[in-house]
Amino acid sequence: MAAMPSLKSREIKIVQDIPISKTLPFWEGLKQGKVLATKCKKCGKLYFPPVADCSQCLASDMEWVELSGEATIETFTHVVVRPTTFQHEKPYTVAIGRLKEGVRVLAWLTGFKLSEVKVGMKAKLVAKITPEGNLTYEFTRLE
Amino acid sequence: MRKVAVIGVGSSKFGVRNDVNVAELAFEAFKPSVEDAGISPKDIEFVAVGSTGAGAWYEELLPAVVSAEYCGLTGAGLVRCEAACASGSAAFTTAYWAVASGQAEIALALGVEKMREIDTPTMMEWIGRAGYYLWEFHNFGVTFPAYYALYATAHMAKFGTTEEDLALVAVKNHKYASMNPIAHLQNRITVDDVLSSMVIAAPLKLFDCCPVTDGAASLILASEEKVKELKIDTPVWVAGIGYASGTANLSKRLDYVGLEATVSASQMAYKMAKISPDQLDVAVVHDCFTIAEIMAYEDLGFCKKGEGAKLIREGQTEIGGKIPVNVDGGLKAKGHPIGATGCSMIYELTKQLREEAVEKGRQAPMKNYIALAHNVGGTGHYCYVTILRR
Ligand SMILES: [Zn+2]
Repeated sequence: MAAMPSLKSREIKIVQDIPISKTLPFWEGLKQGKVLATKCKKCGKLYFPPVADCSQCLASDMEWVELSGEATIETFTHVVVRPTTFQHEKPYTVAIGRLKEGVRVLAWLTGFKLSEVKVGMKAKLVAKITPEGNLTYEFTRLE
Repeated sequence: MRKVAVIGVGSSKFGVRNDVNVAELAFEAFKPSVEDAGISPKDIEFVAVGSTGAGAWYEELLPAVVSAEYCGLTGAGLVRCEAACASGSAAFTTAYWAVASGQAEIALALGVEKMREIDTPTMMEWIGRAGYYLWEFHNFGVTFPAYYALYATAHMAKFGTTEEDLALVAVKNHKYASMNPIAHLQNRITVDDVLSSMVIAAPLKLFDCCPVTDGAASLILASEEKVKELKIDTPVWVAGIGYASGTANLSKRLDYVGLEATVSASQMAYKMAKISPDQLDVAVVHDCFTIAEIMAYEDLGFCKKGEGAKLIREGQTEIGGKIPVNVDGGLKAKGHPIGATGCSMIYELTKQLREEAVEKGRQAPMKNYIALAHNVGGTGHYCYVTILRR
């Protein structure tokens, strides 16, 4: 189809400052190599991602607990066509794993050939600092 | 709550519509809908607009306002509904409530989406954020196809569903789109075409994915009193509406082989309509990706859990089968202008139930004159199920 006549809209750049004050120990924990979850002191529910408020009993009194990292992969995909802000990355594998403690985590899965990745296999969840300095976590091989 | 009927429907041509802006596209669907109902814009008391990308993938932040002015609807009650890819159904439900409650006699549900004004990676970026940005996109770049690919992997592992089974959904929906002049993709394809198309998010390939589409659909809803007063020949009644939602974090779902929101919403709709799935003559289901149609068969009760692939293999969801599904081409080939899709589904079913103006090859045979629309927002984040009866 021939290009249709159009006007360019005014350009804006959007970067939001996302508050993390209520989950700061989580982000600090990643720097120390730990993946932390929160547990409600009132009803005992364990949360990952960590939360400051309990959606089950509405209490806001949580304690921080370190996760074992022992995970079973429940599903995965290999992302080839990437969004704008991930264009610089090589295609990546995203997985959802269930941890021994019962909570699930969605994260990248690294250190495996794609053909080796199977539903039901074991992996380890570890904290990570990316080369760009971003705080994150990923599933990787059991060592 | 009183009875509500769909008395007028209209749709734009779906596709890459860089010839029109959002208001002009809305008008293209709106005008035939008022003509179909035999009313004028000033008869419409309440307007619910379904649109998702306002200010993100198209320039207007208040599409309801600009579309309403452009269509001569200024002054009517007005709201924009957001339920991601189910925004059109959210708008339809809102318009339904306006009339069912007795507050309005005539209401409009207008779905409109302009998705082709930005480049593809930026579109992947925006839609990838349609989940839980902080926990699933920020560090992990999960795209929309990737979210459904997580379901596909799990479904294949648990039930033995294959990539060929997924491809059959695309082949069927392209077949019906080829007979639908408003469809975005009107080409016939083969299983091999799907299997050899490029990988987007494994196991999903290009032809497992719906296109990025511009489109609009418009629906006029009226009370039983108005239906009589206007002497509407073939009102299509809203027999049931069901709705539900799912967790923002995919990691918090019960499993990855079906959408709990679909199960809940459909059970609610069947109960309200007092019907069971086997009474349906035709259905449109949310096939943004081929796996989504297979899961929908199961979650809507067209077959048992895990038997969705069998249903497509046997041709049971084609015309002549047990329950024809997506005979307009579906999201997969007719196209998926996100906020318009829900309204577009009701547009198609209204035409099917009236047995009029649907191309011969894709008219589903009517026995009970009951049809179902299933519209999912996000990856099972929202779900609306609507049952219509002539
Ligand atoms: Zn609690």
